[in-house]
Amino acid sequence: MTAIAVQAGLPETGPSPLIRARWAVSDTLTITRRNLIVWYRVPTYIFFSVIQPMIFVLMFRYVFGGAIPVSNRGGYVQFLLPGIIGQTAAFASFGTAIALAQELQKGVIDRLRSMPMARSAVLAGRLVADTVRMLITILIIVAVGYAVGFRFTNGVVPAVAMIVLATVFGLAICCIAAFTGLAIGDEESVQAFGMIWLFPLTFVSSAFVPISTMPGWLQAFANNQPVTYVINAMRALALGHIPVTANLLKSIVSLAAIFAVFAPLAVRAYKRAS
Amino acid sequence: MLGVIRGGMPLSQVIDGPAILAEGLAKSFGEVRALRGIDLAVPRGTVLGVLGPNGAGKTTAVRILTTLLLPDDGRAVIEGHDVRRNPAAVRRAIGLAGQSAAIQEELTGRENLEIVGRLYHLSWPDARARATELLEQFDLVDAADRQAKTYSGGMQRRLDLAASLVGRPKVLFLDEPTTGLDPRSRLGMWDVIRSLVADGTTIMLTTQYLDEADELADSIVVIDHGLVIARGTAEELKSQIGGDVLEFVVPERARTNDAVTAIKPLGEGEPHLDSDTGMVSVGVGSHGSDALIEAVRSLDAAGVVTHGLALRRPSLDDVFLALTGHSAEEDGEPGGRRRGRRTGKPAGGEPVKGRRGRAS
Repeated sequence: MTAIAVQAGLPETGPSPLIRARWAVSDTLTITRRNLIVWYRVPTYIFFSVIQPMIFVLMFRYVFGGAIPVSNRGGYVQFLLPGIIGQTAAFASFGTAIALAQELQKGVIDRLRSMPMARSAVLAGRLVADTVRMLITILIIVAVGYAVGFRFTNGVVPAVAMIVLATVFGLAICCIAAFTGLAIGDEESVQAFGMIWLFPLTFVSSAFVPISTMPGWLQAFANNQPVTYVINAMRALALGHIPVTANLLKSIVSLAAIFAVFAPLAVRAYKRAS
Repeated sequence: MLGVIRGGMPLSQVIDGPAILAEGLAKSFGEVRALRGIDLAVPRGTVLGVLGPNGAGKTTAVRILTTLLLPDDGRAVIEGHDVRRNPAAVRRAIGLAGQSAAIQEELTGRENLEIVGRLYHLSWPDARARATELLEQFDLVDAADRQAKTYSGGMQRRLDLAASLVGRPKVLFLDEPTTGLDPRSRLGMWDVIRSLVADGTTIMLTTQYLDEADELADSIVVIDHGLVIARGTAEELKSQIGGDVLEFVVPERARTNDAVTAIKPLGEGEPHLDSDTGMVSVGVGSHGSDALIEAVRSLDAAGVVTHGLALRRPSLDDVFLALTGHSAEEDGEPGGRRRGRRTGKPAGGEPVKGRRGRAS
């Protein structure tokens, strides 16, 4: 039996690069929209991204705060807010990892990959939606912070810069999480794994307590890790009486490094995901 | 680029070629050889049923044909587009509905379909119109604006199938579309699939159920251990088994061999003994009721007590037994991937005693 031998497929000119680029944007927005609808319809997700950070603010402000000595002006609430915003931005990545692992497990990603949509859109749409979600959470924390005595004391532009830095930081952590979510591909393992690296990274930092209160061997780690750089920079931007340049530079360098390593890894894991 | 068609074949022949063509598809996952060279050709507007136990390679084949996986070897052409060279064109031609409903449960049925429409680059009004059309076609209008998580299993599967049709695919891949559905939903799904065929869609359907392939497929291939071990119509496959099957359980394990000996003269082939369950089965051809009476007499004479002695129509398991000498459920590993059995020769009708310890 003679097989049908088509060397190059039927004559079909695919869509032009311009149209493909437009599709990539519109597909990303469609996926973003889908993810945001899911987010606001699931009470658990709302709890973790809205209620839990509020509880953290109140707990650290009123329960632990009194026991934590800080040297900055305005006391612990001023110290706390940038830290908690940074921690919340980092923890938003749990949502990224879990959602991607779920979609992989359920076959959603397979289905989307069998469609003529932009292949980048699933990952991009996830990250855009998670960034939006993160930004909303940060604004809520700022509002709660204002209610319990926090004030930006360095002007509007640095305040906005602080929020931008927190968001970019969160996005970088989300890239790591996207990679782990797709590479591990199992919801519960992903969650457990997230705890293992994310808890030490955020709590062994300057987020909640001054590093000088930690034992020496821990200080060595806490002083030299990206979460501390970012939160110190955020604190400097928010409060104004702390030098900002060095920490901001270290933050930018370490975030750039995270993106450079984990964005390609996440893309590769997505392409391989099955 | 028409000039490069090999072998001087006229273009019409290319266009009239099969909607799905696979030649020598092979794929390994590490040590596991999921596909070991399969050939398929599905003419336009027909249904191919792909039968096989869990881990036989069905899903791997579907994943290659739908561009989700690259084959290690061989080639696949869908509607004239090579999955390797032009996956984007393949994706425009196909629809895929998987065994797990790939719908977003927190979205309503309508939203799910609209979003898929947008991802097929329909305008918003067109995506809305297409969603409405499909909701009507799949009898989901009343539930259209409820979140999909409130749907029954059958409704979710229908929505999943509707989503795979948003782009009006010429070729539809259905990967175990009724696994886990209750019988009524299953029949409903069959109706839907039949109506798609009537509209001229080419369908490749994987299933573990012989009756499903029997109902829906124009032709069937049986896959086991990554190889096509039989192909033909449902009737042709069943004739390989030879009619009805007599089966019973011997509760007293020590007596199973006596039972096998007692019924051996009745069968058309050797009786099969499942040593795990104590189930004995034997093909009895077309004279089933006579064989049933005979079996009762001989088992009684041998003094063997049995449970659930009955005649039944041949199942996929019997096809497997006849074709491979092992049953469809055997050594299918959880997760759908099984360890490669290098020796799996496509032998016919060799009876097996005991489950795993087969010297081949």
